Amino acid sequence: MNRIVAIMLSWALLAPAFAQEVAPDVLVKSVTQEVVELITKDREIKAGSRAKLIEVIEAKVLPHFNFGAMTALAMGQNWGKSTPEQKKRLTEEFKTLLVRTYASALAAYSEQKFDYRPLRAKPTDTDVTVNVRVIQPGAQAVTIDYSMEKTGSGWKVYDVMVGGVSLVANYRTEFSNTVRNSGIDGLIKSLHAKNHPADKQGKK
Amino acid sequence: MKCRVKCRVNRVFLLCVLAALTGCAANGEEREPRDPFEGFNRGVYRFNDTFDEYLAQPVARTYRKALHQEIRTRVGNFFANIQDIFIGVNNFLQGKVQDGVNDWARFAFNSTFGLLGIHDVASEWGLEKHNEDFGQTFGRWGSPPGPYLVLPFLGSSTVRDGVGTALDYTASPASEIRPINLRNSLYGLYLVNTRADLLDASRLLEEAALDRYVFQRDAFLQRRRSLIYDGSPPREKLE
Repeated sequence: MNRIVAIMLSWALLAPAFAQEVAPDVLVKSVTQEVVELITKDREIKAGSRAKLIEVIEAKVLPHFNFGAMTALAMGQNWGKSTPEQKKRLTEEFKTLLVRTYASALAAYSEQKFDYRPLRAKPTDTDVTVNVRVIQPGAQAVTIDYSMEKTGSGWKVYDVMVGGVSLVANYRTEFSNTVRNSGIDGLIKSLHAKNHPADKQGKK
Repeated sequence: MKCRVKCRVNRVFLLCVLAALTGCAANGEEREPRDPFEGFNRGVYRFNDTFDEYLAQPVARTYRKALHQEIRTRVGNFFANIQDIFIGVNNFLQGKVQDGVNDWARFAFNSTFGLLGIHDVASEWGLEKHNEDFGQTFGRWGSPPGPYLVLPFLGSSTVRDGVGTALDYTASPASEIRPINLRNSLYGLYLVNTRADLLDASRLLEEAALDRYVFQRDAFLQRRRSLIYDGSPPREKLE
């Protein structure tokens, strides 16, 4: 009896350890392949269903992102000036915005091929960049760099660079401008309005 | 030819002076140091946006509907092939001889086996397509980008890249095509095809940005910096 408990306990302890074992580049590759497979096969998505697309992203992609870290980086100095409640809402709205944008990017996907670059990192590294290249005919390949950090629950993405443009860095100026003009609550409001265009305009 | 370069450069210079004047008129709040002419730039941006909304985009959309993706790719390939000549020149100017030889080999193969470039056979044979222009060469030589500029019709640029673009156009063999009518038709086709390619990207921009002007500017400046270092610029650590 005791032995069974001990075995079960060791499994429970080992399971998260195994989850952490997945190397960051392996993780990026498997998630990318899974998502591409899903969106090219799923009937609803092929018929243009945004809801289903967002569902896939939320189930497959979101768990591997650290939105708290992303929002903190995008906020820069203003992060320290935010209350815990503001931080929570900012993270939530930023996450929604990124998911929506990501869905649009995926909707434009049309059979481009991915080239997974070998990871250049030491096994002891806790902060790495995983490089993927999107190959398209007649144009230079587009690079996607995932900045990833090792956390207690596996590797998490905290920034994405597309063609050398860091998403987090790009939101920095926007965020700081908005905060300067209308405060942190103003930024939350702007993000919310951006995420819910129907509330305000009635059209579109 | 020489005069033309000069005229273009003069025009860019004039634009800078104009920008400097209007820039001063803008409110003296905490300003983005890389964009001292923001007031002027936003004006041009609005103009470009209107032009885009009422002319360029509708034309590009119709074009995209009328022609199959396959054909549009061929059109894109045709122009991309001509550009490979000067992509090579710029690689040589930056001391990247191997890349330059690669680009010229691409041009040679694609112009012949690829039927005037409409088939990108070189890529299939492992000769990679590069992205180079005079603006990047100046950057590689150590020229700072200078203030951000929004050029009429052409969009995001900087003083350095504006001069580079003027050179790109005048140096390109496409500018020597005669009769003029044919050349202009080709330019038109090139612009429409390019805009059609960017329809998805511009919709994305609309969705992602709180302030499209700022988002586009920052993305452009980041992108150019990355291109100058061929994709691996010294990392700017986000604290």
